[in-house]
Amino acid sequence: MNQFLFAIVLMISIGLLLWTFRRIQANFKRTKAVPFDSKIKERLNLTFKVAFGQTKILRKPIIGLLHALVFWGFIVITIGSLEMVVDGLTGLHRSFGVLGIVYDVISASGDVFAFVVLMGIMVFLFRRLALSIKRFKGIEVKTKNKLDANIALTFILLLMVSLIGMNSFDILLHEEGLAGIYPLSSIVASGLSDNNGVIAALFHFFWWLHILLIFAFANYLPYSKHFHVFMSVPNVFFSNLKPLTFLPSMPEVQKEVQLMMSGDAFNAPADEAPSRFGVKDVEDVSWKNYMDALTCTQCGRCTEVCPANITGKKLSPRKIFVDLRSRMDEKGKLKAEDSKALLGDYISKEELWACTTCNACAQECPLNISHPNLIMDMRRFLVLEEGSAPEELNTMFANIENNGAPWKYSPEDRLKWTEG
Amino acid sequence: MSKIDVPVMADIQAKGERAEYLFWVGCAGAFDKRYQKVTRSFAKILNEVGISYAVLGTEETCTGDPAKRAGNEMLFQMQAMQVIETLNAYQVKKVICTCPHCFNIIKNEYPELGGDYEVIHYSSFLQDLIDSGRINIKKEAFKNKNITFHDPCYLGRGNGIYDAPRKVIGAMDVNYKEMKRAKSFSLCCGAGGAQMFKEAEKGDSEVFEERTKDVLATGADIVATACPFCMTMLSDGLKFAGQEKKVVNMDLAELIAENMDL
Repeated sequence: MNQFLFAIVLMISIGLLLWTFRRIQANFKRTKAVPFDSKIKERLNLTFKVAFGQTKILRKPIIGLLHALVFWGFIVITIGSLEMVVDGLTGLHRSFGVLGIVYDVISASGDVFAFVVLMGIMVFLFRRLALSIKRFKGIEVKTKNKLDANIALTFILLLMVSLIGMNSFDILLHEEGLAGIYPLSSIVASGLSDNNGVIAALFHFFWWLHILLIFAFANYLPYSKHFHVFMSVPNVFFSNLKPLTFLPSMPEVQKEVQLMMSGDAFNAPADEAPSRFGVKDVEDVSWKNYMDALTCTQCGRCTEVCPANITGKKLSPRKIFVDLRSRMDEKGKLKAEDSKALLGDYISKEELWACTTCNACAQECPLNISHPNLIMDMRRFLVLEEGSAPEELNTMFANIENNGAPWKYSPEDRLKWTEG
Repeated sequence: MSKIDVPVMADIQAKGERAEYLFWVGCAGAFDKRYQKVTRSFAKILNEVGISYAVLGTEETCTGDPAKRAGNEMLFQMQAMQVIETLNAYQVKKVICTCPHCFNIIKNEYPELGGDYEVIHYSSFLQDLIDSGRINIKKEAFKNKNITFHDPCYLGRGNGIYDAPRKVIGAMDVNYKEMKRAKSFSLCCGAGGAQMFKEAEKGDSEVFEERTKDVLATGADIVATACPFCMTMLSDGLKFAGQEKKVVNMDLAELIAENMDL
């Protein structure tokens, strides 16, 4: 009976999750296909370093370490969650116990991590609820974003409480012969009553609470900024391997420039429908840009170091990706095209022109999101499609065109510096 | 100041000679009044050490970087194609840049368009010259001066070059002071991404003011830079703060040239 019930709950959870994923997949289909270089080995190295090694989040050593512990804890605890699924379907108890000493290691570290994660989450909640931390604020951080953060943290808090509860009552239930080692839950267990009927009921209660929370959390995540739980590792894997300040050239422009320079522009074969230059709306972003948007957990490390933001300009690198995700969500629900666009209705020109392309944001992002390149892709739309650069920049363009320098100097004077 | 002899590609080609390095001067290097002094300093060092190099002179043109960063990909690519054509015509193999923006774009973004060169930033080049003993640093010059270094974004975060400029400064007997935001944590001067050519958007303060505070907090006598735009911004910042008499903004090449009595 329990197995049957569990199978139904599991199928509903997976079904819901697949339904959500299909919607996200549809959003991905809207984005531009950008070729992906298959430097698998380099990418795996990067993933081990940045994702599993948490090297970039550790740039803030204290709070970074706390996050790293939560992350590493999640990995170990997930093994236990898988075991629960197997147990739930088969009716076995601690089925991974057959692994013997390996199971001792997994269960012991999982048990210790449950307490570490619990502690970490309490610190995170305290920071969000009681302290005033600048990077958690900003125009893009609305009440619902703050609520989202606190819901996700509460989920994890309850997940750990239920896990510890489950382990503790399991220890009491099987005084001898329980598979695995539980150094910290044993201490909790020793302080609990030993009324057998109550213990069994509470064990089952916490077991079900824990697994139901996992299913609920998994289904909540895709709608939350905490989707980074799913997206972070792949996002790092697919992230830029080139130097931070590498901005890819536009192949569609290269074609035109080559035609122009060969003097063959008018005899050129009519190409397929001309693509739009640069980024105006979600159809123009690459699949990787959208992946970045789904990965962003709005920690604000980017905005905190942005020179434009620090000096009170409107630009907030975090907002670029929050806006991209919101616009994609909005567009995904539309039956027919609307007249809105990412650039204009969500992101203003003023924000885009404030970027110094210093890449401090990209450097700081724990998950290798690239903000400046998307900002420059939107500048490309403004310049190449609308011709709406600030006037001084148009002057700079004209100087380069006429004199080969961004200032109005004659190319004949290029050696004047030697004269002193 | 006297004229310095600088070999020009077209001239040495006409003589049937070859230069090992192309010294890419850049627009700021050629035209910016303040930065011209840096270009002169670096050329004097090259002459003194006896490097086989040449400049393009009147054949040089903008790399297209400010256009590209401002979104004008069309103009960028036209400039880039022109530069690549010139460089390939001279069979250039190695390029030395003083400007980190030129350095970044030629090194990282020209290969996509058919320009493959070994591109060296002059800070790395100077470090090599010092390490290999081809430049003899006099310990006494700038002795006990407090010097700090401002990382250009396109050199440091962009291309991971943090040590070379510090080693160049450290070769002298100076008190090196690190700013609180340094290396990969460094704060931009405010000029990148074509900001150099426009007014900043509305805000509470200018980025260069913010960065100048970092400089002043070190108590440095000299703030060393390695980028023409950073130099403009920090020199402005020092003036803005009324500190230009107390704190001097010098380029790495100027420090070394002065150390060598050039």
